[in-house]
Amino acid sequence: MTVQATTIAPMPGSTAASGSLSRTSGRDLRRKTSQWVAFMLLRGAILLVAAALAIIVGFLVKNGISAISWNFLFDVPRNYMTEGGVWPCIVGTLLLSLGAMAVALPLGVASAIYLHEYAKPGTFMRIIRLGVNNLAGVPSVVFGLFGLGLFVTAMGLGVSLIAGWLTLGVLCLPVVIGTTEEALRSVPNTYREASLALGGTKWQTIWRVVLPSALPGILTGSILGISRAAGETAAIMFTAAVFYTPKMPNSIFSDVMALPYHIYVLATAGTEIEKTRPIQFGTALVLIALVLGMNIFAIGLRAWLQKRHGK
Amino acid sequence: MQRRTKETLIKQAFLATAATSLAVLALIMIFLFMEGLPTFGFVSVQDFLFGMDWYPTDEARPDYGILPLFAASGAVTLLSSLLAIPLGVMSAVYLAEIASPKVRAVAKPVVEMLASLPSVVIGFFGMVVLAPFLQEFFDIAIGLNLFNASLMLAFMSVPTIASVSEDAIYAVPRELKEASLALGATHLETLLRVTLPAALSGIGTAVILGMSRAIGETMVVLMVAGGAAIMPDSIFGPVRPMPASIAAEMAEAPFRGHHYHALFATAMVLFLVTLFFNIMADYISHKHRQTGSASL
Repeated sequence: MTVQATTIAPMPGSTAASGSLSRTSGRDLRRKTSQWVAFMLLRGAILLVAAALAIIVGFLVKNGISAISWNFLFDVPRNYMTEGGVWPCIVGTLLLSLGAMAVALPLGVASAIYLHEYAKPGTFMRIIRLGVNNLAGVPSVVFGLFGLGLFVTAMGLGVSLIAGWLTLGVLCLPVVIGTTEEALRSVPNTYREASLALGGTKWQTIWRVVLPSALPGILTGSILGISRAAGETAAIMFTAAVFYTPKMPNSIFSDVMALPYHIYVLATAGTEIEKTRPIQFGTALVLIALVLGMNIFAIGLRAWLQKRHGK
Repeated sequence: MQRRTKETLIKQAFLATAATSLAVLALIMIFLFMEGLPTFGFVSVQDFLFGMDWYPTDEARPDYGILPLFAASGAVTLLSSLLAIPLGVMSAVYLAEIASPKVRAVAKPVVEMLASLPSVVIGFFGMVVLAPFLQEFFDIAIGLNLFNASLMLAFMSVPTIASVSEDAIYAVPRELKEASLALGATHLETLLRVTLPAALSGIGTAVILGMSRAIGETMVVLMVAGGAAIMPDSIFGPVRPMPASIAAEMAEAPFRGHHYHALFATAMVLFLVTLFFNIMADYISHKHRQTGSASL
C-alpha cells in the first residue's frame, strides 16, 4: 500500500520515449490495483461492522421470538421469575426513561441555547464545553455510584424511581445538549437576522423563531436520549431497579423492575439460569425492539428533516 | 430599559443552566472522593494501587489491592483497541470518502444502531452465544474470558471511533484533496498522504474517546470477562476489570464499611483515568485543530 510520491504521472511534454510510456502505464496499473485492493479492504471493514449488528440482532430475534406472546408481554413474572411475563419490567423501563428525559430535556435544551445562541468563544465557554464532554465520558457505573451517594443516600430518596430519574437524567444530559446544538446550528442565520431586524429582542428571536424551527431536531435528540436511558443498566442497579418486586410502581418513591436489569439478573444470578434462557432471550428481544425502534424512528425523522431543509 | 433588564436576566438564567454539567461533574467528583478517601484510613495508597490481592470479603484479613483489577481493565482495553481502531478508522474513511450517498444513507444508520445497542444485550450475547462458540472453537476451559470481553468491547467502541473520525475526515478542506488529485495522485494516494495526515488529530481524538468508552464500559465486562480477580496471564484467562468489580460487589458491601469505601475508591481511580483520557482528547482536538488549508 506504500505508493511512492514520486510515481506521479510525468509532466506533459517531458522527454517521454515510447519505452518509458509503457513503463508508466505499468506503474499506473499497479497504482490502480493497489487502490482497488485498499478500497475493498475499507468496504470489508464496514461490512464487518454491519455483520456484527446483523448477527447480534439476528441471534436475539431467532431465539427470542418464540418466547414472545401476549402473556409474556403483559403478565407478571411468576414462580420465582422462571415463568410468566415481563410487564412490570416494561412499565419500569418506560417510566425510568421518560422520567429521565423530563429531567434532561429542559436542562439540556437550555444549556445548548446558552452555548449556541449566547456564549461568545472564550475561556468560560471552553470550560463549560470541557465539562459537557467529560460528563459524556463518565462511565455509567460511576454515575450509578454517584446516584447512590447523592440521591439514594444523602438526599434520602432511597432506591426509587425519582433517584433513577435524576441519575439517568444527568447521564443523558450530554446527549441532549449535543443533539440540540446540532438542531440550533441547522437553523439558518437569516431567520435570526430577519427577526432582529424587525425589532425582536434576542429572547423573542429565540423563543418565536429559532426554537420552533429547531423543534423537530430537538425531538430527534430526545428520542435518542430516551433510548439511551432505556438500555442503561449499571446506572440504575443501585439507584432504582430491584431484583424482583411483586407490586407495580405507585409513587415516585417506588422501586421498579427494568428490562436491562432483568436480563442481567436472570442471566447471571437467577435460580435456574439454563431453564429461564427463553425468558432471557425474550426480554432481550423486547429491549432491543424498544431501543432500536426508537432509534430507527429518530433516524428516519432526521433524514426527513434534512430533505425538507434541502440539504 | 425594562426590556433590557429582562433580556439580561434571561441570559443569566441560561448561563446558570449551562453550568449544570460542570456542577454535576464537580458533584460526582466530590461524592466519589467523600466516600472513597476513607479507604486510605485502613489501607495505604501504595498498597491499594499496587497491591496484588483483592480479597475484600475475607473476614480475618481482607486485602484491598486493585492492581489485578487495574491491569485487567488495561488488558481488555488494549486488546479491544487492536480490533476497534483499525475497524473504526477504516469504516470512517469508507463512509467519508468512498461510499456513494446512497450507500452512506444506509451504512451510517447501521453504525449508529450498533452504538445504540444496550450494553447488557451485548454482554448477554457474549455470554450465551460467543462464549460457547469460543470454548469449542479454541478448545478452552471457559468461554468467559479476556478475549471474549475484548471482542465485545471492540464492537462497542467502533461506532464512537468511526463517527468521530468521520467528522474529522469530512472536515478536511476540499482544496487540499483537489490539489493532490490535480498533481496526478490517485484517490488512494491522496487519502494516505493528504487527507488522513490532515485529519490525524481528529482521528487521535476518536481513538482516545473510543478507548475511554471501553475502559468505563461496565455490563459487558461484568458479564463476559470471567470475574477472577487475578493478574491477566493469557488472553483466554478470566479477569475482573474495575467496573465489573464495582458493579458486582456494591450490592453486597455493607453500607459505609471498608469494602464499600474501597469500591468507591476504585470508582475514583476509574473516574480519574477516564477524565484523563477525555481531557487528553479535548487537548489534542484543540491544539492541532485544522483551521484552514494553510496550517497543514
